[in-house]
Amino acid sequence: METQVAQVAMTVNGTPRRATVEPRKTLADTLREDFGLTGTHLGCEHGVCGACTVLVDGAAIRACLMFAVQADGSEVVTVEGLAPAGGGLSAVQRAFREEHGLQCGFCTPGFVVSLTAYLRDHPMPSGAELRDALSGNLCRCTGYQGIIAAARRAAGGMEDQ
Amino acid sequence: MKAAPFCYHRPGTVAEAVETLAAFGDGAKVLAGGQSLVPLMALRLARAEHLVDLGRIAALRYVRGAADSVAVGAMTVQAAAGRDPVIAASVPLLARAIPFIGHFQVRNRGTVGGSCAHADPSAEIPAVAVTLDAELEASGRGRPRLIPAAKFFTSTFTTSLEPDEVLTALHFPVWPGRSGFAVREFARRRGDFAVAGAVCAVTLGQGERIERVAIGLLGLGAVPLRAAAAERAATGTAAGDLDVTEIGHLAVADTDPPDDVHATPGYRRRVGVAMAARALTAALEEAAHG
Ligand SMILES: Cc1cc2nc3c(=O)[nH]c(=O)nc-3n(C[C@H](O)[C@H](O)[C@H](O)COP(=O)(O)OP(=O)(O)OC[C@H]3O[C@@H](n4cnc5c(N)ncnc54)[C@H](O)[C@@H]3O)c2cc1C
Ligand code: FES
Ligand code: FES
Repeated sequence: METQVAQVAMTVNGTPRRATVEPRKTLADTLREDFGLTGTHLGCEHGVCGACTVLVDGAAIRACLMFAVQADGSEVVTVEGLAPAGGGLSAVQRAFREEHGLQCGFCTPGFVVSLTAYLRDHPMPSGAELRDALSGNLCRCTGYQGIIAAARRAAGGMEDQ
Repeated sequence: MKAAPFCYHRPGTVAEAVETLAAFGDGAKVLAGGQSLVPLMALRLARAEHLVDLGRIAALRYVRGAADSVAVGAMTVQAAAGRDPVIAASVPLLARAIPFIGHFQVRNRGTVGGSCAHADPSAEIPAVAVTLDAELEASGRGRPRLIPAAKFFTSTFTTSLEPDEVLTALHFPVWPGRSGFAVREFARRRGDFAVAGAVCAVTLGQGERIERVAIGLLGLGAVPLRAAAAERAATGTAAGDLDVTEIGHLAVADTDPPDDVHATPGYRRRVGVAMAARALTAALEEAAHG
């Protein structure tokens, strides 16, 4: 069978990027291998764990369930693109540090990206809504309590981002 | 955990998509939101030599309300349908079912049409389609056709779509009058496919009698089911006299639920009784009090 290759162009964290990819290459692999952005982690590669979450045209999505060819022409933001331009941490990132929202850190980019998008759209979530919003991300270390505390702190402090 | 190689096609119109599907026959598959197909391809449980991506066919993303029905384009993402004001006002059952689908990141990509074409027996949108007697519109090489939901879902992961047909839209009837709608389901974890669930629409008439009722079941068979015996028993009864648990038992009586690692058939049926009773109670409550 012929192995077709395709040219893709997208804006990643504000920078225009191009790559030549096989159609079967996921957006996650393209971000990591072609663009060197290894902050996007791959846990399960089939849509269960949420570690690969990135923003595509503003929407939080699983980058292991999207082929790079589908993201052609899109605006992508990864965890590397969340911190303010001058350095330092975003409000969500700061909350994770302050509340011990991570241990090994493998799941953290997915949680941080997911929560950033969720709080942008739901600035005043209830505790139950926050837990629901975090249900699409798995963590094998923390037992989630630190993550929930970080989410609550970030929800309270979004205005200073 | 990577998909096998394939050729990628990105048609701009439905006609072009149908042509590509027809040209490559069994080797071609439609790609919609990819939230079911891509994991299956990564696990090598599904394989396609040609993927026909509907993602750039803008004409398949819309919600259009008319007096007695609402049309939803097949490529409308679940998240967009879930926050659409026309759907919320005219097909509340659909709006209420969508938050039960996976997680918000999945709903941001998964489509209304893809959920039906995939035909998981525990999926929410197919259950709503069957319960409201929606019609599914398909385009192939011949004339576009309308398929009643009851005929669309033929078995687990199987529909009556032809290999070269594209599902283009769903048409949901609007229930007028004093109607109420509810979805209840039980899953092991938030966002998982349900062990069992029920969706219910009810209309009250004179003397608080149940004029019309539809109860759909998910996770209790190879396809989303209608609880016909339960509906017959409830119709014409005064809402206050109804024994919802008895209706729940009637609803699951003839079902043959799957037996798998998540639940036994007996357990699924017990959950089904409770979910049907609760969905009916909530729908009646809404019909009576708004
Ligand atoms: C973690 C996770 C949890 C989930 N939980 C749930 C849940 O609780 N409930 C639920 O209902 N779903 C759940 N899903 C599945 C999700 O709803 C999928 O989006 C949906 O089943 C398929 O829609 P899609 O647009 O992603 O289709 P795709 O994955 O792109 O396609 C699915 C199948 O349908 C075919 N197809 C798609 N669109 C068309 C069309 N227009 N015409 C013809 N054929 C078509 C494809 O060829 C393929 O065979 C979950 C998914 C994930 C990853
Ligand atoms: S790596 Fe994408 S969801 Fe697990
Ligand atoms: S901190 Fe280790 S997986 Fe979450």
